[in-house]
Amino acid sequence: MPWDIKPDRPIYTQLIEQIQLKICSGVYPPGSRLPSVRDLAQEASVNPNTMQRALAKLEEDGLLYTNRTSGRFVTEDTDMIKQVRKRLAEKHVQDFLKKMTELGFDYNEIISIISAMIKTEEMKHE
Amino acid sequence: MNNILECRNLTKIFGTKKALDNVTLSIPRGRIVGLLGPNGSGKTTFIKLCNQLLTPTSGEILIEGKRPGVETKKIVSYLPEKNYLSDWMKVSDIIGLFKDFYDDFNAEKAYDMLKSLGIKPNDRLKSMSKGTKEKVQLTLVMSREAKLYLLDEPIGGVDPAARDYILDTILRNYNENATIILSTHLISDIEKILDDVIFIKGGQIVLAKTVDEIREETGKSVDSLFREVFKC
Repeated sequence: MPWDIKPDRPIYTQLIEQIQLKICSGVYPPGSRLPSVRDLAQEASVNPNTMQRALAKLEEDGLLYTNRTSGRFVTEDTDMIKQVRKRLAEKHVQDFLKKMTELGFDYNEIISIISAMIKTEEMKHE
Repeated sequence: MNNILECRNLTKIFGTKKALDNVTLSIPRGRIVGLLGPNGSGKTTFIKLCNQLLTPTSGEILIEGKRPGVETKKIVSYLPEKNYLSDWMKVSDIIGLFKDFYDDFNAEKAYDMLKSLGIKPNDRLKSMSKGTKEKVQLTLVMSREAKLYLLDEPIGGVDPAARDYILDTILRNYNENATIILSTHLISDIEKILDDVIFIKGGQIVLAKTVDEIREETGKSVDSLFREVFKC
């Protein structure tokens, strides 16, 4: 999963979202050790201070914790990870609904489009 | 003292042209700072003043509390806008030269970096393209363990792939107590690696903020804000 930084929003909030995503999707599993700030910054091609700031915020929120001697780890609290996952999903759906409303669809129409598309997808995989 | 560089009312006049006009500025340690401005805005003049290649008309500039001179050159690693390496030299000759000149030069690091760029110790500068020479020069500058790096247009003459490599090099060799000031007008390429940006226009500072402050306050990238501020 590559890092994708958009130009119009603060870099540090985008780093937070992307690390959350990597945790939720299992790239960084619960209890695993994160790469160093320097390595993460280099991987994302961002300033190390900005990466540090994003990690500090995630730590404050409890999703990461620091072990004084051995580095920074992902929480083992899988409920917390589930909550974050749900929040990310809600955010995506919100953005989607906003765009669909802009296109002039009402909620019933949106639901029928989604159900139709899910059916097609399912048929593809059968 | 927390600032690596301070200048107060710095002014430089060439004949009738004010290249720098009453600039007051503090730059802390451990930052990557972009000095951004259109052509002729005073970027290179500022960097040259920091290196004692020019002397101020008035005002002063202090690096770790000292005026530019022998002592500051020990801790400042400078990449000039022009190539100054002699064509007859081999890569190994230049590395030897830098080792003699600077106590903080790490030859091993330089050879490592050159190797990953596909440049060999026996290669002669004469045989290199302009872009390759620039890579060699940046490698030399980043191989010093300096406290302040002044990079004048480090990515101007190289292709986008090499640009990425150079930015990567800067990030990889960045020591958290050192500060890097780099001037450029290729903003979209570098804004992700910057802490702070300074916009300079007609020799004056028009804006000094962090990248995320700019994005938060304006909802724009530094690149788009630059295009607005400096619209012709």
